[in-house]
Amino acid sequence: MRKWVNNEGLSSAWIKVMGEGISVHVSMKLEIKDSPGQLVAALTPISEYGGNIIAVIHQREPETSSDTLGVQIVLEIDHERLDGLVAALRRQGVNILRLGEERLLFRQSVIMIGHLIHTDIGDTIDRIDRTGFAEVAELNVQMPAITEPSTALITIKATTRSKMDRALDLLREVAAEKGLVIVEPLEEADR
Amino acid sequence: MRIAVLGLGAVGKGVLRVLAEKPELGLVLTGVADSASGWIDPDGIDPGEVLDRKCTTNRCGTAGLTADDILDAGEFDVLVEVTPTNASTGEPALTYIRRALISGHHVVTSNKGPIAIAHAELEDLAREQGVALRYEATVGGAIPVIHAIRSGLLGNRAHAITGVLNGTCNYILTRMDEEGLTYDQALAEARELGYAEADPTYDVRGIDAAIKLVILANTCWNLGVTLNDVSITGIDCLTVDALRLAADQDCTIRLIAEASPERGQIRVAPRVLPRTHPLVIEGTLNAVTLSMDLAGEVTLMGRGAGSRETASAIVGDLLAIRDRFIECG
Repeated sequence: MRKWVNNEGLSSAWIKVMGEGISVHVSMKLEIKDSPGQLVAALTPISEYGGNIIAVIHQREPETSSDTLGVQIVLEIDHERLDGLVAALRRQGVNILRLGEERLLFRQSVIMIGHLIHTDIGDTIDRIDRTGFAEVAELNVQMPAITEPSTALITIKATTRSKMDRALDLLREVAAEKGLVIVEPLEEADR
Repeated sequence: MRIAVLGLGAVGKGVLRVLAEKPELGLVLTGVADSASGWIDPDGIDPGEVLDRKCTTNRCGTAGLTADDILDAGEFDVLVEVTPTNASTGEPALTYIRRALISGHHVVTSNKGPIAIAHAELEDLAREQGVALRYEATVGGAIPVIHAIRSGLLGNRAHAITGVLNGTCNYILTRMDEEGLTYDQALAEARELGYAEADPTYDVRGIDAAIKLVILANTCWNLGVTLNDVSITGIDCLTVDALRLAADQDCTIRLIAEASPERGQIRVAPRVLPRTHPLVIEGTLNAVTLSMDLAGEVTLMGRGAGSRETASAIVGDLLAIRDRFIECG
């Protein structure tokens, strides 16, 4: 039997800690004039603000007027510099149609083994969610025969690497209390 | 260089076979003892004859002649201590090693017990007496990890040691991953092939790997770590589903020993690793990654057990002692 519990439908979020600041993963939809040089003009401020462009997707949608072009850009940027970038883009005459920032950027999955359901899996999830800085984003529970231990892949998202460490400490504590075994990744969050 | 061998199990026999096979190494056997007999001859003993006797009579020499008699006679430069391991007391090996060092003899051992229990004391003793204590064979079989720490990577500071240090567990996890076997099925297979002991507790509960981690940690940092300091989770709790969930992410599970004083961490536990990770090795192999300040990550991989492989580590130690202390061979 397979059960999926989804807390949110966010796509996979990546993060890097760049210098002192926290880098966020931003998705923005821009409207630019459909003429030569306009795309480069729109992208220039991003590099000026130290942003790292992950993807540029052109969208020629039928409802847009013929002289503009929709472009979706996914980038990583220092959290502190995002507002500056938005202002700079506007100064360039770029129309920002949509801006999405992912708050929970660190993501880590661990495997839990034991009597997960009978030790109140709802409580296990709540204890992480209640922290305010981390939450259980996904849970995939595999349940064999009723008497045998079940196994789950639990994915946690957190705001920063140190908060992720605290969330994992908490999960270890809960697991020890409930007699569950946690199999952690060897490498740190965000892989 | 004259050597005395205490213990004639798989490791002791392996050492004698190498001595018989490679007389050019200049290692002369002058004493040997098993649990029931012994043989002392300052002029040299033919290792082939010892092996024949052991094979036909299950005794290597004269009945009643003991390890203590060999130590009393002192007719050797290096003691090769390869008696069975006792992980809780280290005895009787610990006493043999102490006696040899106190009387000014070098010691080479494959015995994890005494090194894990009394590393600092024995090292101090060796230093006071101006002799060598070497124990490459205690960790990772043929892999020269202690040589790497003590000579190849001299001048480096170690940030962390991470490794697969138990071949039995690695074999079981490899089979669970590859064939979807349950833990019990894979363990039964490992037993049939002689990779697991009749009582596999010591291996599958992570204790063997933890003892080896203690030895490596003390070799690297000399912080007096003991087995009690290690947080240990074995592999006997792992389900087929756990391996499958890891596989869904293009990962697998291995028993990883990990020590890092910077992170205040010393533990043995099953961990999820990407399949492409250098520590994801197959079957009974062992591997160790040394994370160093100058060298970066250095990973050594090889056979972690076996009579001949362990003899390789012991012979390497013997020749290193000869080169350093006994120039004329």
